[in-house]
Amino acid sequence: MMQHLPVLQVLLPLLGAPLAALLRGRDMAWGLALLLTGAAFLISAILFGLQYSAGEALIYDLGGWPAPLGIVYVIDAASALVLPVVSGLAFVATIAARRLVEAEIDARDHALFYAAWLLTIAGMLGQITTGDAFNIFVFLEISSLSAYALVAMGAGRDRRALPAAFNYLILGTVGATFYVIGLGLLYMLTGTLNLTDLAERLAEVESTRASFTALAFIALGLFLKMALFPLHFWLVPAYAHAPSAVSALMAATATKVSVYVLIRLMFGVFGVEFNGLADAIGLLILTLGIAGAFAGTLAAIIETDLKKLFAQSSIAQLGYMAIGIGAMSMTGLAAAFIHLFNHALMKGALFLAIGAIAAQVGRASMQTIEGAGRQIPITMTAILVGGLALIGVPLTAGFISKVYLVRALLEQNFWLLAALTFISSALALAYVWKIIEAAWLKERPKGAPVLVETPVHYVPAWLMVLATIGFGIFAGPLVDAAYAAAAVFIGGAR
Amino acid sequence: MSSLAGQWNYFLVIALMMIGFYAVIARGNMVKKMVGLTIFQTSVFMLYISMGKVSNGTAPILTGDPQTLYANPLPHVLILTAIVVGVATTAVGYALIIRVYESYGTIEDDELIKMIEAEDAEDSEDMNGETQSA
Repeated sequence: MMQHLPVLQVLLPLLGAPLAALLRGRDMAWGLALLLTGAAFLISAILFGLQYSAGEALIYDLGGWPAPLGIVYVIDAASALVLPVVSGLAFVATIAARRLVEAEIDARDHALFYAAWLLTIAGMLGQITTGDAFNIFVFLEISSLSAYALVAMGAGRDRRALPAAFNYLILGTVGATFYVIGLGLLYMLTGTLNLTDLAERLAEVESTRASFTALAFIALGLFLKMALFPLHFWLVPAYAHAPSAVSALMAATATKVSVYVLIRLMFGVFGVEFNGLADAIGLLILTLGIAGAFAGTLAAIIETDLKKLFAQSSIAQLGYMAIGIGAMSMTGLAAAFIHLFNHALMKGALFLAIGAIAAQVGRASMQTIEGAGRQIPITMTAILVGGLALIGVPLTAGFISKVYLVRALLEQNFWLLAALTFISSALALAYVWKIIEAAWLKERPKGAPVLVETPVHYVPAWLMVLATIGFGIFAGPLVDAAYAAAAVFIGGAR
Repeated sequence: MSSLAGQWNYFLVIALMMIGFYAVIARGNMVKKMVGLTIFQTSVFMLYISMGKVSNGTAPILTGDPQTLYANPLPHVLILTAIVVGVATTAVGYALIIRVYESYGTIEDDELIKMIEAEDAEDSEDMNGETQSA
């Protein structure tokens, strides 16, 4: 049983999906989704412990076929860190989903909703675990296709979800196809799809133009999937018009998985010493990252819809992760992993809290939360703490992210970039202040619908808020794990 | 020159890829976008399938004769998976187009953008009017 854990956490949600589609009774499908995501979370926590105590990568041969012939699942320090983030967020989002889905989605579609929900989670967990480059593509498409359907389910409440889902589908498919083109070139050069073998054999053909073209295609495809500026235009409408539960799940996990896959391919396969990587692609990622940080933050400041506001801020936060990757150093990569982890917690908290409001009054905007600070103080405080964490205020997890990011930049003497990172973080104060102003400094207008909150509304969001504060104060274990994850890719195997 | 002629399959793939990608980007009609996307994906299928070709190789079926030269079956298997993914993507895409047509009455990008912008503007004007009860 124990040796099958790496595959079980993918298989459970994957096989649970068709079962969920068949369940009809009230809450049956939700119960199954809760059970399976909970099991996946438990398994990934155990895997983290097993990997930590083993101190080396756990390899699972699918169907008993060892590495060059079969597909392997690899639990190393990096995947062991990202797995619990995704499955944990998925579990908490599933807890909250019951109320949000009841409020926003037609009862007939609940079973299908949870089927797509489980599929997208299975796809994400698969992308993280697998050690086969083509298998990553298959899981990428499993998670993306079900995500398009989930976004489109927002149409019952807001028909703009449909064109948003369509654009997401077009750009997502283009991104995935670019990835496959790059992979085809790599396979032609090396004759293998196993990530470890790829890294070894690529060293022999390192200076060929084909290998650089392959890197360009793969990187571009994944930039699209992770919504790196300026390839982010699909993200904001998709998050804003999707059902609230879907916004929360995707904002917290979907783009992070693509960031992880980019790191795995760029550093795990091509390696930091790869010809032209640091000069060309590294510089490109740094530039796009800082541009995204400013573009996202500025767009968030003028936004009045809360879902759109925090979707724009996601663009900025992904920019910070890109800066960590583009620094091409141990600290930079560790900072990217730390921020990946922390940002998932913050955005999870924010979107779950916003969802609780949106499910009651249709949508959460600066007008609908006017004076809400007194009416639903617990929910609004969750949004406030999440916002402060996005800025990077001390005692929140966001502070730790920014400290390591700036440290990575200063290590390489990128003074200007460090200053720009600081300025763009400070700018985030503007949109958090707008929320404080609307929620606490204004009176609730007469005739505005009464907002209510009970533990079902705020407990899921507060679980994430407490984690944000917890990892902000006791950051040691996370930082250690992030450095261990970065060590897998830099100064390790290659 | 001979290398160019020998690599004619790649030129075909690149031509198809560009035609498809152009249609995805430049066409405003959603159905035409989907057609472009399908052409784009198909060009990648051809890239993979043609790379599995081995000169004078036969179909990869065991004959028992160790002298037999086989074509590489792995790219074909990969593309079998990719075709399934492509079919699924196409199905979801056209399903969405049908739903968009049902609720907006058009599948032209420029008209849709205008209608969506109008809805966005409505949202930011009267927020309290459209609220529903809890």
